[in-house]
Amino acid sequence: MLRPISRFLTSRWGMIVTGATIGILASLLQKLGNPPNMGVCVACFERDIAGALGLHRASVVQYIRPEILGFVLGSMVAAFVFRDFNARNGSAPIVRFLLGAFAMVGALAFLGCPWRALLRLAGGDLNAVVGLAGLTIGIAIGDQFLKYGYNLGRSHKTYYSAGLIMPAIMAGLLALLVFAPKFSADGAIFLSEKGPGSLHAPIIISLAAGLLIGFIAQRTRFCTMGSIRDVLLVGDFHLMRGVIALVVSAFAVNLVTGQVNFGIIGQPIAHSNHLGNLAGMVLAGLAFVLAGGCPGRQLILSGEGDTDAGIFVLGMITGAAFAHNFGLAAKPDKILNDVVQVGGISSAGMTAVLIGIVFCLIVGLTMREKIQGVVR
Amino acid sequence: MKIDACGLSCPQPVILTNNAMNDNESPIYIVVDTQCACENVQRLANNKGYQVEIEKSGEKFQMKLAK
Repeated sequence: MLRPISRFLTSRWGMIVTGATIGILASLLQKLGNPPNMGVCVACFERDIAGALGLHRASVVQYIRPEILGFVLGSMVAAFVFRDFNARNGSAPIVRFLLGAFAMVGALAFLGCPWRALLRLAGGDLNAVVGLAGLTIGIAIGDQFLKYGYNLGRSHKTYYSAGLIMPAIMAGLLALLVFAPKFSADGAIFLSEKGPGSLHAPIIISLAAGLLIGFIAQRTRFCTMGSIRDVLLVGDFHLMRGVIALVVSAFAVNLVTGQVNFGIIGQPIAHSNHLGNLAGMVLAGLAFVLAGGCPGRQLILSGEGDTDAGIFVLGMITGAAFAHNFGLAAKPDKILNDVVQVGGISSAGMTAVLIGIVFCLIVGLTMREKIQGVVR
Repeated sequence: MKIDACGLSCPQPVILTNNAMNDNESPIYIVVDTQCACENVQRLANNKGYQVEIEKSGEKFQMKLAK
């Protein structure tokens, strides 16, 4: 019973079904209450979680997003069912943590992770094209480091319980969401009353969608960064089929549900400062390659026992807190009395993006452990 | 040629295999320790016209790729 399912999910069609599932569910989640063009955005949703915990106090982006919890827990269930749970940890944790933090700074300069870039495109937001171009440039630079021997060393088997830490954290967050305790009069848990953080589908639907996506993405290894990397590096289009399926299916459902609005200026929770969009995603793409996966993939990996991916996720959540506390995150375009105020990133935001790019270049250039064990 | 790719994260096993294929090596013996790496190497081999034999021993996948 399990074997045919597993074989299907790892096939070409399995990848297409995964991308289509994410696209369809994301579009439906938007219709059911999630923010526009943000059915599932790993960067935005982790940022909302950081806000709910009070790590940043931007009152419009605070909510414990059940989708994120679902990705990790769904992945864990799939890993158990298919005997693929593998508790492991590797090397250079502080590097992975900072790659996560800077990836988030880059993603919030664009206002979205690669999943949201695809969903924005499917909603007609053409700024996504600039973001995806930046992502591709970042990945192409990262590919060069990979070609010339960049790696953070081997991972090793670790304690089974260590692999369960990230799923346990997510289960804890779920409890905080369901019971929403107040730990002090004006303290956490914070839940937005207006703004994107206040827009959400019912908890049970968001959680179910997250669990389903986490489950199948664990089997199929869906990864947006990997899709571009594999095409550039070895000419493999396997993951790219899933990415295309995501865009096409989300676009189709958006059309049916009236969520398509082609344009550049004034798109929902987006800005049309092209330099900010491009530079942010160059940084994000580069950091994803060096860390080995896009934010969605890192969540999935953290659910199947990969503690390195867990560190990257925690780095992203911390990076989100910095991005909002230091005013590094981009401001969306605003339309006031028919006058467009173009958003974008502050000079501090651009400086942070540049520092992030320099950090990634140093990591890529200096961390090239020779791989032992290749014998001719 | 023998490659020990255990513990190497994605896409290192694929890069090492691809490098060996670019050097026209055959057969290539590669050991990986995750299903994910095994699937990725297998897909690369199929794309490049290599025959793949996989033997699972414990938690490791011993792969033989030959033209």
